[in-house]
Amino acid sequence: MTPAAADLPYVDPERQDHLRRRARRDAGIASLSTVVALALIVWGVTSAPGWPAVKEQFFSPSEFKASFPSVLRGFLLNVKLFCVAEVLILVVALGIALLRGLRAPVFLPFRLLAALFVDVFRGVPTLLLVFLFGFGIPALQIQGLTSSVTVWGTVALVVSYSAYVSEVYRAGIESVHPSQRAAARSLGLSSFQTMRHVVLPQAVRRVLPPLLNDFVSLQKDTALVAVLGPIEALRAAQIYESSDFNSTPLVAAALLFIAITIPLARVTDRLLARERERQTIGVR
Amino acid sequence: MSEPLLHVDSVHKAFGTTAVLRGVSLDVERGGVVCLIGASGSGKSTLLRCINGLEPVDAGSIRVDDIDVTDYDVDLDAVRRRVGIVFQAYNLFPHLSVLENVCLAPRKVARRPSKQVQAQARELLSRFGLADKADDYPDRLSGGQQQRVAIVRALAMEPDLLLLDEVTSALDPELVGEVLEVIRDLARSGMTMVLATHEMGFAREVASEVVFLDGGVVCEQGPPAQFFAAPAQPRTQAFLRRVSEFGHL
Amino acid sequence: MLTVGTDKPAYPPYFENNNPANGKGFESAVAYAVAKQLGYATNQVKWVVVPFNSSYQPGPKRFDFDINEISITPQRAKVVDFSDGYYNVNQAVIALKGGKADGVTTIEGLKKLKFGVQVGTTSLQTIQDIVKPTQQPSVFNDTDAATKALKNGQVDAIVVDLPTAFYITGAELDNGIIVGQFPAPAKGEQFGLLMQKGSPILTCVNQAVAAIKSSGELQQITDKWLGAGAGVVTFS
Repeated sequence: MTPAAADLPYVDPERQDHLRRRARRDAGIASLSTVVALALIVWGVTSAPGWPAVKEQFFSPSEFKASFPSVLRGFLLNVKLFCVAEVLILVVALGIALLRGLRAPVFLPFRLLAALFVDVFRGVPTLLLVFLFGFGIPALQIQGLTSSVTVWGTVALVVSYSAYVSEVYRAGIESVHPSQRAAARSLGLSSFQTMRHVVLPQAVRRVLPPLLNDFVSLQKDTALVAVLGPIEALRAAQIYESSDFNSTPLVAAALLFIAITIPLARVTDRLLARERERQTIGVR
Repeated sequence: MSEPLLHVDSVHKAFGTTAVLRGVSLDVERGGVVCLIGASGSGKSTLLRCINGLEPVDAGSIRVDDIDVTDYDVDLDAVRRRVGIVFQAYNLFPHLSVLENVCLAPRKVARRPSKQVQAQARELLSRFGLADKADDYPDRLSGGQQQRVAIVRALAMEPDLLLLDEVTSALDPELVGEVLEVIRDLARSGMTMVLATHEMGFAREVASEVVFLDGGVVCEQGPPAQFFAAPAQPRTQAFLRRVSEFGHL
Repeated sequence: MLTVGTDKPAYPPYFENNNPANGKGFESAVAYAVAKQLGYATNQVKWVVVPFNSSYQPGPKRFDFDINEISITPQRAKVVDFSDGYYNVNQAVIALKGGKADGVTTIEGLKKLKFGVQVGTTSLQTIQDIVKPTQQPSVFNDTDAATKALKNGQVDAIVVDLPTAFYITGAELDNGIIVGQFPAPAKGEQFGLLMQKGSPILTCVNQAVAAIKSSGELQQITDKWLGAGAGVVTFS
């Protein structure tokens, strides 16, 4: 059923035409400006006197090809570490955030422990934690405890990041308006049910950007485990670098890291846009 | 009709050093509709929040049917299964659809089976003209629609007593009517309600009793016809005069 | 003023007390000997800290030459200039007494061990090219970390050059042993002084190195600081 002409909004053809022409002009200016900027940067870099040496040192195709398989294999270790660590971090951090929110008096020691955990492990640099856990704990020679560096390196990452992420969760939980809790409790939902069905879902949606930020950060910090010995991407690149005195393998490793973090960032953007859309009151 | 469903006896409540309720007593019969009126800050909201246990009282007692709300060891969740409350700001859960909002408590608290809960929810929604909104999210709804959903959500728990805290005060004038219609309908069907309201005309029409709160106590109360026609207390008269001058407070 | 570069920390027996300027330690002594040949007295030599990784990056160097146990390889020689070698390197394996590596005398026997090694060293290449172990080696930033791992039992053995092996087993490990040394590679592995590609002083430096070799001074320095060498099993 086509709407009657009177139902369509009225537009002035001349005004439309002008706006169309203006839009085209703006697009043209934008493209030209981008091309010129790019050209200037490329020219500036490649005409620098040291460029040929830098190009050979950092962007050598033969070195790239030779080192890539080994760097890629190392990178698989980074990915594995990242996946395991991230899952553990999300769980542990949530536990700590919830512990800190418990109000009943019997839970005081847990609240204090959780607060201590956050203060200590946010304060110590992650690299230092990797060292302390990776070398220090096995040095205690406690019976039955593994001395595997991958395990303790992962533990260090989990501990360090959980401290940060738990604060992110807490901020999210506290940003949910108390009236939501009041409404939920008034319906008869218990404290636990309120947290699980009303507060947490909203809290997590709100802190998706910082959470995903920490994801990306963790991805890069998996390289820290290299100090304990495992050959991950950065270390694999270093091995090649020092045998041939060429830094291209490092660039290869960097590209692999970016290959993961850029899609992650785009996924974040899309998730955020979807949430924003859902919140907007407007005519669809 | 022996015992009142709601019995409030000399309730005191202060926030910090500010005393809000200074000894309020009130009885509500089963099926009765009590309208609480009074200036802002007179304690209407506070009283309602004390009745369902959201605020603890400083002194006095509150009994809903056979449950003593003010008892030290009261099971508040049991109270809230019997007493529903709807707030001025609709407080729908934004991350759930309208239907999910209504079904959440019956499923999780009353533990009723999912299919049954959904069917009852849809029925309630359509009774109040919201059937086609069931799968929408709250942000897509107008203020009046959201408030009606909030009432439906409270009704889904089949409360014995429904408290309504100035549920039309945040609405644009043209949306007030549709919410009042819902309340009118509930009153007709015998729901026991206590409503805090500024809508004098509505109170006159639907209340079985009007209670005027002033300075933290019940200044005057009585059936609407008598209350509005011939208020006894000078403060009541002054209040009603102010209200009629400005349309409604 | 002659500027000489080396890494920090500067390890024994190549340097002493982490202070290259005190003239003690094998490489400190060699550096001053070469400097004297070039016409610089002891107080005309300036030391700068040069992390290993930055010694071969493109761009002008902050030093005239770098002395840092750097092995000469053809690939590396494409990027920097090396002097003639001043020391023949042998790689050795160290471990804890009574551990898995104790008593191993063949390369075959080394294959099953978990090795630790410092990144960027020819020690790592020795493991990869000659031993070819069944487990991937652990690669650390420095020998300190590798030694820690050895003490913790996180690796079975570490590979370092022979002089460092003596130092670690003598000074850092309570019950450390030198399991054995690898036979010298066919073309030999040698430490060389590192200079930037096309360095104008390359010829002079080589003349200096040749001079201290022929005069016997180099041998004296080697015997003084890297004396112990006998009595170590060579892997077969």
